[in-house]
Amino acid sequence: MLKVKDLHVYYGGIHALQGVDMIVPEGKIVTLIGANGAGKSTTLRTITGLVKPKSGSIEFMGQPIVGKPTLEIVKTGVTLVPEGRQVFPNLTVLENIRLGAYARKDKAGIKKDIEWVYELFPRLKEREWQMAGTLSGGEQQMLAVGRALMSRPKLLMMDEPSLGLAPLLVQDIFNIIKFIHEQGMTILLIEQNAHAALKIADYGYVIETGRVVLEGKGSELVENEAIQKAYLGG
Amino acid sequence: MGRGKLFCLYDIGLGDEKMTINFFMENLANGVSLGSLYALIAIGYTMVYGILRLINFAHGDLLMVAAYAVFFMIAAMVPWWIAAILAVVITAIVGVLIEKAAYRPLRNSPRISVLISAIGVSFLIENLGLVVFSGVPRAVYRPEIFDKSVSMGGITTSSLTFYIIGATVILLLALVYLLNKTKTGMAMRALAISFDTASLMAINVNRIVSFTFAIGSSLAAFGGIMWALKYPQINPLMGVFPGLKCFVAAVLGGIGNVTGAVIGGFILGIVEIMAIAIFPSLAGYRDAFAFIILILILLFKPTGIMGEKMTEKV
Repeated sequence: MLKVKDLHVYYGGIHALQGVDMIVPEGKIVTLIGANGAGKSTTLRTITGLVKPKSGSIEFMGQPIVGKPTLEIVKTGVTLVPEGRQVFPNLTVLENIRLGAYARKDKAGIKKDIEWVYELFPRLKEREWQMAGTLSGGEQQMLAVGRALMSRPKLLMMDEPSLGLAPLLVQDIFNIIKFIHEQGMTILLIEQNAHAALKIADYGYVIETGRVVLEGKGSELVENEAIQKAYLGG
Repeated sequence: MGRGKLFCLYDIGLGDEKMTINFFMENLANGVSLGSLYALIAIGYTMVYGILRLINFAHGDLLMVAAYAVFFMIAAMVPWWIAAILAVVITAIVGVLIEKAAYRPLRNSPRISVLISAIGVSFLIENLGLVVFSGVPRAVYRPEIFDKSVSMGGITTSSLTFYIIGATVILLLALVYLLNKTKTGMAMRALAISFDTASLMAINVNRIVSFTFAIGSSLAAFGGIMWALKYPQINPLMGVFPGLKCFVAAVLGGIGNVTGAVIGGFILGIVEIMAIAIFPSLAGYRDAFAFIILILILLFKPTGIMGEKMTEKV
């Protein structure tokens, strides 16, 4: 579904991505793991067009998307739950959810999907009229995911959804990811919490200083000694 | 000296209480109408700042653009109300073009570059005005309905005062509706938080920025046209002082906050008129009040009345 080939990204003089290759097949959960600053977020931001690559290609459903503006890329069915959730704090929960469907015109469909998001996250319905800034971290994460789903994405990318959440909530978030995946969503997930991520992922990539240094099935990577040492505290 | 005048006023009050109240109310009405104009113009500053973190110094000059547009169209025998509508449209287009030409190419540059660009645009418009329209002041035709004197609740004032206040209320209600009840308004509020996250919602950032400039400029145009009706002598530099004062009003209210800009505008207008009414000897310092307020607000509450703590936008 998504093919990234030899992606190079520079931030000024810093060579942030040094030839990333990656494939996300339809219907799978793929995870990117790696230390802070390895280039995980940059990879996702480049896929959504927020960062322009120097060279390399990105194909989504057979169409090249490099160089397209973010709004066009989102319209083709790629969406990103950004790092730090980035809900709009001065907008209500419902307004945040509606913004997720900004490009859509089918009023009836939007209404149905709002109900669906509320079923997925009943807490959001309770807080429908609250400003998003007043929600707890976990609720904001739910809102960020719900908002992303409102664009009816084909590929849902998530940047550290468990960051800064209490352990109990982290488990909730992973359950939600699994649940959304079971509904047929393709997911590309970035996680610091490598263990949990690899456990639910079909396939994983390990990124170090802008390069993919290791890849393999999630279940294999969990067992991998080098990974255990570097990321799993083993 | 001011003291003497105050006693003078007090004496009148003793003799005829009604007259003092009328005197007060008339000046208050006048202050509210001037404050309306300030509020309308201040909104443009605050909306642009909210989204681009930029003080659009060319904003005040849009008043002049609108006033001259009306002047020349009326001179060409266009009915005044059609002239006014067309002038608003023209000013909105000018505002949008300013953003496209002078601010958009610098969007990822240091903020100081954009600020300097804004000052440059302001000088450009003022000097173009001087070259094209010449520096000779012109008199704008004031339609009769604005020239009647109206008595209401014992106070007598020009009908224009009430028209200005009424028009402002309507425009403000329309703006509140736009910002809070429409999809575009929602996108504008989202854009004020983060361009990146907004574009992840498939919001067309450039289109919304242009729209924001169009709205801000239209309000400035309404302000400019009513300004020209209130003070019918127009010249190419007429936008400079109102522009600076409305910038002060926006800062006073808390820049970036629309409600704040309205409150700041009204406070400024009322203070200016009332201060002169009570201390006529200060009339010569009329333009200084705004800047005294600016200094005080920057000293004691830099975020303004409605301002929240500024978080740097990344």
